[in-house]
Amino acid sequence: MALTEVRVAPPEPAKAELTDRARRERRLGLTLSAPAFLVMVFVTAYPLIYAVVLSLYNYRLTDPAGREFVGLRNYSTVLTDPVWWTDFGTTLIITVVSVAVELVLGFAFAFVMYRIIRGRSLVRTGILIPYGIVTVVSAYIWQFAFQLDSGFVNQWLGLGTFNFFGQRWSALVVIILSEIWKTTPFISLLLLAGLVQVPEEYQEAARVDGATAWQRLRRVTLPNMKAAIMVALLFRTLDAWRIFDNPFIMTRGANDTETLSFLAYRQNVTLVNMGAGSAVSVLLFLTVVVIAFIFVKGFRTDLSQVRGDQ
Amino acid sequence: MATDRRVSGWWTVWGLLILVWALFPLLWMVSLSFKDPDTFRSGTPTFFPETWVWDNYRTVFADSLFTSALINSVGIALIATLLAVVTAMFAAYAIARMTYPGKKFLLSMALAIAMFPQAALVGPLFNMWRNLGIYDTWIGLIIPYLTFALPLSIWTMSAFFRQIPWEMEQAAQVDGATAWQAFRKVIVPLAAPGVFTTAILTFFFCWNEFLLAISLTSTDRARTVPAALSFFTGASQFESPITYIMAASVVVTIPVVILVLIFQRRIMAGLTAGAVKG
Repeated sequence: MALTEVRVAPPEPAKAELTDRARRERRLGLTLSAPAFLVMVFVTAYPLIYAVVLSLYNYRLTDPAGREFVGLRNYSTVLTDPVWWTDFGTTLIITVVSVAVELVLGFAFAFVMYRIIRGRSLVRTGILIPYGIVTVVSAYIWQFAFQLDSGFVNQWLGLGTFNFFGQRWSALVVIILSEIWKTTPFISLLLLAGLVQVPEEYQEAARVDGATAWQRLRRVTLPNMKAAIMVALLFRTLDAWRIFDNPFIMTRGANDTETLSFLAYRQNVTLVNMGAGSAVSVLLFLTVVVIAFIFVKGFRTDLSQVRGDQ
Repeated sequence: MATDRRVSGWWTVWGLLILVWALFPLLWMVSLSFKDPDTFRSGTPTFFPETWVWDNYRTVFADSLFTSALINSVGIALIATLLAVVTAMFAAYAIARMTYPGKKFLLSMALAIAMFPQAALVGPLFNMWRNLGIYDTWIGLIIPYLTFALPLSIWTMSAFFRQIPWEMEQAAQVDGATAWQAFRKVIVPLAAPGVFTTAILTFFFCWNEFLLAISLTSTDRARTVPAALSFFTGASQFESPITYIMAASVVVTIPVVILVLIFQRRIMAGLTAGAVKG
């Protein structure tokens, strides 16, 4: 929503001169867009406003009569509670580590898929399988591989009876591994699309001028892919920031592995604590707005390509 | 020539490593699904089963918790996909072909919703759905799935639609075809691949969704497979549910594998078309 002002609109042509045809086109365009617009407003904008309103009340579904207006007190309760900050930290660790690893790995994959000749379609097919797999299934696969009673990892790595889910850091490692396995294909396909756009002549020219492979990568390929890289990063960062499935399945939030989405779910659905839960929801939404803002203004990510503006 | 071939051979080797990386966890899933549920008592689990058994699949299909979830998943995902694709098709057509006020706004809104943290909505939706009486129903999941699938559908399809040579429609009419014939014989075959690709991607999204599925359902009336999997306890409380969960996982992965195998090219094109203009 904060993104609506990403671009300055070009000056409108004089409105008085609209022909009949243009007027009919406008009306038809609006009519065709209306269903999509209305559905999106009904399911996102309206509930978000509702959440803002609920967050100003002390309200539990189990005690509807006790509902009272408390102003911003829910926000101060959430923000002074160590749980919010622990979950914030967990979400931050998962996001930073998985996106960083995925960017490097995704780039390597994109490069291989770009260069490979024999086995090209086989690799491109194979990489889509993790992309399509259900995240809950991925979470179970990785959990059972590392779990003491069922897994093979401890035997293979000679770790004896080390319990991966016994403390925070190792549980996060498994969560992040599952996340990386499932989502690297997506980032690598976006990067591949960017890689294909870099004109082959630039490479040739640099080669003729005696640039090494590393120089060509750093000075020719990467700068020309900047738009694609930033878009892939923005999408994956915001996606990782919403992580819920993996920690929910693997740890149920034990050992400080709860994430912000998980906290919003627990407050609202498990505890039916609508007041504080809505405050968490609104704060979670604001963190996403801030991240998107940093990418768009700070890193100058050009979203016009993504939006499909001409 | 010889060095070229050697270099290309290396890329194939790297490609094989990527394949191993992508498929090894699947092998582990299949292997677990064929294990005897009692094997985990031994304490030294192996990668492959000592004896391969079909029991887990039999148990899973005899469990109404799973079979009803499978029906819910298929029904909800197909209906939400159909609605999303039809709704997005109108919008994408307008975006690709017409000038009208609010077009930029619609695209920006779609982008914002694609980045929206769904968890921020579970509270209000949970409350609203209870008041509207659609909590724990198919429609209660179809509506939010439709919404969150729309951004991806709109981009992907408008990117495809923009590449269609629309002049051909007029050309056909000049050649004596009626407007309807021109649309059906010329435009529909050109637009169909984009619509179809969008449908596959949307289906993946709905098939995968978990957070809303556990937040907005409470019984097997509408609980989808990912949600049911998280509540799976196995045949009896004394048995580990691991092998059953994996058998059920294999079952829900089969449609994904089939779609990927048949439509690899389309999925690739669709994923990249919406994100970076090609």
